[in-house]
Amino acid sequence: MAFKKAPEKSNVSKEELLKFYREMLLIRRFEEKAGQLYGMGLIGGFCHLYIGQEAVVVGLEACTKEGDKRVTSYRDHGHMLACGMEANGVMAELTGREGGYSRGKGGSMHMFSREKHFYGGHGIVGAQVPIGAGLAFADKYKGNDNVTFTYFGDGAANQGQVYETYNMAQLWALPVIFVIENNHYAMGTSQQRSTGSETLFGRGLAYGIPGEQVDGMDVLAVKEAGEKAVAHCRAGKGPYILEMMTYRYRGHSMSDPAKYRTREEVEKMKSEKDAIEHVRDLLLTAGLSSDEDLKAIDKEIKEVVNASAEFAKASPEPAPAELWTDIYA
Amino acid sequence: MAVEVLMPALSPTMEEGTLAKWMVKEGDVVKSGQIIAEIETDKATMEFEAADEGIVGRILVAEGTSGVKVNTAIMVLVEAGESADAVVAPVAAAPVAEVATPAVAAAPAALAAAVAVVSKASADWPEGTPMKTMTVREALREAMAEEMRANPAVMLMGEEVGEYQGAYKISQGLLAEFGAKRVVDTPITEMGFTGIAVGAAWGGLNPIVEFMTFNFALQAIDHILNSAAKTNYMSGGQLGCPIVFRGANGAAARVGAQHSQDFSAWYAAIPGLKVVVPYSAADAKGLLKQAIRDPNPVIFLENEIMYGQSFEVPDLPDFTIPFGKARIWREGSDVTIVSFSIGMKYALEAADLLAKEGISAEVIDLRTLRPIDYDTVLASVQKTNRCVTVEEGFPVGSIGDHLASTIMQRAFDYLDAPVVTCTGKDVPMPYAANLEKLALVTTADVVAAVKSVCYR
Ligand SMILES: Cc1ncc(C[n+]2csc(CCOP(=O)(O)OP(=O)(O)O)c2C)c(N)n1
Ligand SMILES: [Mg+2]
Repeated sequence: MAFKKAPEKSNVSKEELLKFYREMLLIRRFEEKAGQLYGMGLIGGFCHLYIGQEAVVVGLEACTKEGDKRVTSYRDHGHMLACGMEANGVMAELTGREGGYSRGKGGSMHMFSREKHFYGGHGIVGAQVPIGAGLAFADKYKGNDNVTFTYFGDGAANQGQVYETYNMAQLWALPVIFVIENNHYAMGTSQQRSTGSETLFGRGLAYGIPGEQVDGMDVLAVKEAGEKAVAHCRAGKGPYILEMMTYRYRGHSMSDPAKYRTREEVEKMKSEKDAIEHVRDLLLTAGLSSDEDLKAIDKEIKEVVNASAEFAKASPEPAPAELWTDIYA
Repeated sequence: MAVEVLMPALSPTMEEGTLAKWMVKEGDVVKSGQIIAEIETDKATMEFEAADEGIVGRILVAEGTSGVKVNTAIMVLVEAGESADAVVAPVAAAPVAEVATPAVAAAPAALAAAVAVVSKASADWPEGTPMKTMTVREALREAMAEEMRANPAVMLMGEEVGEYQGAYKISQGLLAEFGAKRVVDTPITEMGFTGIAVGAAWGGLNPIVEFMTFNFALQAIDHILNSAAKTNYMSGGQLGCPIVFRGANGAAARVGAQHSQDFSAWYAAIPGLKVVVPYSAADAKGLLKQAIRDPNPVIFLENEIMYGQSFEVPDLPDFTIPFGKARIWREGSDVTIVSFSIGMKYALEAADLLAKEGISAEVIDLRTLRPIDYDTVLASVQKTNRCVTVEEGFPVGSIGDHLASTIMQRAFDYLDAPVVTCTGKDVPMPYAANLEKLALVTTADVVAAVKSVCYR
């Protein structure tokens, strides 16, 4: 995998860098806290952490406008925080409480927010891909210029329905950005062991969909690529594919011992490519922020996350009668 | 302030684990994120990271201790200069789990005389057969390994079955023994590899397809029904499909609506499929071996919660259990409880409780749903005159519904009460812990149902 060295970006403002720093840090700290609560038995079932991949969703959210939509897989906590959903509501869903976004009925993999145009949270690998194209279909039908961000993994990229979707999305010029979060592993299967294709975005070319590979650990590169893709979609030119080269630091889910990769590989990514450290470096070396400034942000984020954990513990379990509600609209 | 570090939950179903190894010792400085211990669950050995920083004040659970319950304090972290004694009472021995070893069913006794149907239930192995204790997981693994040794056309295919050793460790060790030609890791493409496996079966192989869970078989349902199940018929008997589709079915724990569904009744509705729903390890082994030898497509529905449960299994070089023969786990005279798979757990627990209240329940494990052993059920109902069914699936179109209708049609005159079906609730599975409990069928449901049919 060829990561570019941190590019010099003169066009990025201090405010934007700080925003990226804050948003990525929120995701990281939130996920660490979720991991702890899982260990304490307060969160159950499957819990897939986004730690390591923060730059992807934060960089792309910087390219969105009101009305744009997003849908992703079960590894969804970061996406929700980045699109403005409340840490409290997400954490309380993780603990299965009334205060959660799905009122405790969905759990880690199944949260939604119509208000923030977040359509899940999908537990079936690859199934969110046609759904994302369908959201785009509705926008095109209505004649607005909204774009849908459809996130999926390198493993999901092997599901047949992805290619059925590519074909229709291009045929009908749907305003959908397919964001492949290539973290190189699908559970214990590395990309090399699941496909003979060298790139994943390249497969879209066969359907006529343009795309590119992006350093997904560099939030500025992500944003730059995102803007290009969004412009393409908003101009009515159809779908675009962004293959984000990224990395998950933790196991696939909380119960994955992650024996399929070396500790050195993980450590190397953490020490050389970490997206948060990268922005921190940019801020400090350019003299845009001081250590104290960043410490103050760290503290503030820690408070938000701790408060969300407290909220998630204090929020009551759903009333028993909730078992029977929401089955039909 | 000193903090207790608790035994973590490291998987959806983990209740206890083994503290395999401490990576730190008393007096060590620990940073948050540092690996402090290796913990073995029944599925894997996991590294456990510290969430807090501090100095290891005391290790409370010794390395090698098994059966350590989740949330037991295992270590105390202190700050410099602080003593661990402030927070901890002297160390009590960690609770050690007991291995549940349900008694093996006695041979079925003679059933009530002068009835039109005779139970087909039979002893599955000779009296005096030596037994060994093993988990359902080990039993499934042994069944596959034995059949793969015996027949070179048997091969295993699925997601993470090889190098990862199986998402639920059923196929652990098979890649090492049989090689990558016969233990094939697939990409995540259920529709594709299921179709490929059907083609391979027509081409002369005996594939075992592992679905990581049966929820994902929905992606492949077309090939299971339209390609595998119907073609022997459509080809006038030319194209049988000797294939096994196996994997975890039903609810695990807290994995939500898309990952918690019992498909037993769905598959049981399809002519052309055989459907196997084992409860015990012995049945899992004998029935899986039978499934692999069967010339038809077999849906083999396992249950994640049962994987780690231990049972007595005959210590025989080769044994199979025929399809279509129920097993009577417990004889009784007042009511017949019919169940399968994990439902048997509730059925047997209920029978124990009912016995204490003077109600004698006969408990029947169907073991296969297609074919289904109606005769054993009917013979029992003719004796007890009452029937309760137990299953985890949805109530509408359940196996219980089907049995109730069969009993009504074939043994109406013997019934002293309507058949009552105990099922999961008619809702998608909720995530919240309290709601999930309410959604599932319980032992208490079965006890209440039995009392209602006994008018007690
Ligand atoms: C249809 C389906 N098959 C299998 C699974 C089990 N499963 C869950 S996540 C996963 C790996 C997916 O990897 P990838 O798409 O790369 O996403 P990542 O987890 O890396 O974000 C698998 C096999 C599933 N949820 N759905
Ligand atoms: Mg991946």
